[in-house]
Amino acid sequence: LPAVAEPLGLGRAATPEEIAAWDVNVMPDGTGLPPGEGDVWTGDEVFAEYCASCHGDFAEGRDAWPKLAGGFGSLDKVDPVKTVGSFWPYVSTVWDYVNRSMPFGGAGNLTPDEVYAITAYILYSNDLVDEDFVLSPETWDQVEMPNVDGFIIDDRAEAEYAVWRAEPCMTDCRDAPATINRRASDVGVTPADDGTMVESPMEALLAK
Amino acid sequence: MSDGNTTRRGVLRGALAGSAALAAGRAAAESDPLITELQDWTSFGGDPITARPYGLPIRFEADVIRRNVPWLTADPVSSINFTPIHALEGTITPQGCAFERHHSGAIELAKENYRLMINGLVDQPLVFSYADLERFPRENHVYFCECAANTGMEWAGAQLNGAQFTHGMLHNMEYTGIPMRTLLQEAGLGAAGDLADKWIYVEGADASSNGRSIPMEKALDDVLVAFKANGEALRKEHGYPVRLVVPGWEGNMWVKWLRRIEVTDGPVESREETSKYTDVLEDGTARKWTWVMDAKSVITSPSPQQPITHGHGPVVITGLAWSGHGKITRVDVSKDGGMTWETARLDRGSDPKALARFYLDTEWNGEPWLLQSRAMDETGYVQPTKAALREVRGENSVYHNNCIQTWAIAADGSAENVELS
Repeated sequence: LPAVAEPLGLGRAATPEEIAAWDVNVMPDGTGLPPGEGDVWTGDEVFAEYCASCHGDFAEGRDAWPKLAGGFGSLDKVDPVKTVGSFWPYVSTVWDYVNRSMPFGGAGNLTPDEVYAITAYILYSNDLVDEDFVLSPETWDQVEMPNVDGFIIDDRAEAEYAVWRAEPCMTDCRDAPATINRRASDVGVTPADDGTMVESPMEALLAK
Repeated sequence: MSDGNTTRRGVLRGALAGSAALAAGRAAAESDPLITELQDWTSFGGDPITARPYGLPIRFEADVIRRNVPWLTADPVSSINFTPIHALEGTITPQGCAFERHHSGAIELAKENYRLMINGLVDQPLVFSYADLERFPRENHVYFCECAANTGMEWAGAQLNGAQFTHGMLHNMEYTGIPMRTLLQEAGLGAAGDLADKWIYVEGADASSNGRSIPMEKALDDVLVAFKANGEALRKEHGYPVRLVVPGWEGNMWVKWLRRIEVTDGPVESREETSKYTDVLEDGTARKWTWVMDAKSVITSPSPQQPITHGHGPVVITGLAWSGHGKITRVDVSKDGGMTWETARLDRGSDPKALARFYLDTEWNGEPWLLQSRAMDETGYVQPTKAALREVRGENSVYHNNCIQTWAIAADGSAENVELS
C-alpha cells in the first residue's frame, strides 16, 4: 500500500444528517437496517400498488420485466430463471435495492415499513416464509435464502489462466478444416439501419 | 562498382521497373470530370468560422452512430447501446458515439448541484463540491471501459450481425481525474485499521445508484475519480460531472454521477454484484466478483457492417485488442478459421488496460475467408475460443465473453458473423 500523503485540507466535514440521508446500504448481516417491520399481507397490498404493474401480482413478472419469484432448480438448465428465490444470496440486497431504487421511475419514496412489507411479500411469493411472517430487524435471520451458498469467488486464475497462458499454435492448429455451423443471418435479430425490427427472440421466449 | 544488380543504381532501376510493371497492370481510365471540371467547392467559399461553435461530424458520416437492439431489454431507460467500432480507427473513441449503459437513464446533474461524500471507516467523513475536486493534483490516463455483458448475446451462438453489436459495449478515452487514494487519504484511513481486508462501496447519484464494492487494494492502486474525458468534460450520458474509472475492470463498476464513497469492512453484496454481474456456470453455481476483463480482440474491418467493396488485391485487415491485465503484446490473425495464424502489426505500442489497434496488410482475391483475431497480453494469456470458454463455463454466464470472433468473408466481399465447428 502506498505511503500516506499529507491532506490538502479540501472539502468539509459531512454532518450526521447528510450521512444518514445518503448512506442507506444494508450489509448481508443486516447492518444498516432501520427500525420498522412489515408483514406479508401488507406487502401484498403495497406490492399491488407500486410493483405489480411490471412484476405481476405474484411477483412472477410481466412481459419482459424481471421475474422476482420462481425459477427454482433452473440454474443448471438452459436459460436459467434467476429470481430472488432461485438465485439471490441475501435478503439484505432485496431490502436495499427496493428501498433505494424501486419502484422504477419513482425510486426512493417508500417508507421503511413499506420496504419491509414488500420484501416480506417477495419472500412469500418465493415460498420462503409463511403467510403470517413479519419481517423486521428482529426476524431478519429467520429467512434462509436457498442459493446463499451458490456463489464462488472468481476462480479464473486457477480454472482458466493457468491453462490459457501458453504459447499458441500458429500452423496446422485444427484437426480438420473449419466449417460454418451457425450463422447470424439464420437468427435474423439484428436491427436494420432503417430502424425496422426483425423477429424478436424475447417474444418467442415469452410465448413459451 | 560491382555488377549492375547490386549497385545502388541497379536497385533503383529494379524498383522503377517494378512500379512500371504495376502501372501497366492498371486499367486505363477516361478523364475524371471531378478533376477536369471546376467544382463548386473549389470556386465558392465554404462555411464561416462562426457556423458551428461546437461541431458535429460531416453529414456523410451519419451512419457512424450509436445503435441499440430493442429486444435486449424491457425498457430503454435501463438499457445499452453500442459504439460503432466497425467504422472507427485508431484507439480513442469519440465521446459522442461512445456507448451508453444506464440503469435508470442518463441524468442531468449540474456541477453546482454536485456533491461527493466520503464516509464509513475514515477519520473524518467529508463532503466535496465539484470545485473542491478541481483543486486536487490530477493525472491523465487512457483506459478502455468494456461492459461486462459485451458479446454476451453471443454465448449461445452467432446472433447479431456486426462488430458494433457483438463488441460495441466498449469505449476508450483519455481520462483526467484524481486518484481514489488521494481522496481516501484526505478523509484519513487510520480509522480503517488494517487495510488488507477493507473495501470501498461506491454509488452514483441516479435512481439506480449502481452501488458496487471494490477491494481496498484496487482502490489504492489505479482507480480514478474522473471529471474529463478526451480533453473535455464528461458527457451527460457518461456521468457528468464526475465518474469512477476502474482500469481493466468490468464497466459496471465505473460508477457514473459518483456521489458517495464508503470505506467498509466487507462487501455490501449489492444488487449489481449478486443478482447481476455474477456468472452462472454449467453446474448452476455462479462466480462472483469477476472484476477483470480478460484479453480480447475483434476484427473491425472487414466485418458485417464493413464489407470488402473494393474488389480483389490489397486489403487492410484491422481491429482492436485489449486486456484488463495490462498491455497487449501480440495479435495473431487467421484467414482459415484458426488452422494457420500470422502475427499482425500493433500500430503503436499498447497502453496498459487500453485499446490497441492492429493491422494485417494483405491481399484478397475473392477466396472465402474465415477471419479471426487472437490477442495476447503481457501476462502470456491467450484469448480463448468460444468452445474453450464453454468447456469451462457452459453457455449461461451472460458476462465476460472474450471469445475469438469469426467473420466469414464471401466471394462478393460480404462478411457474416458465424460460428465454426
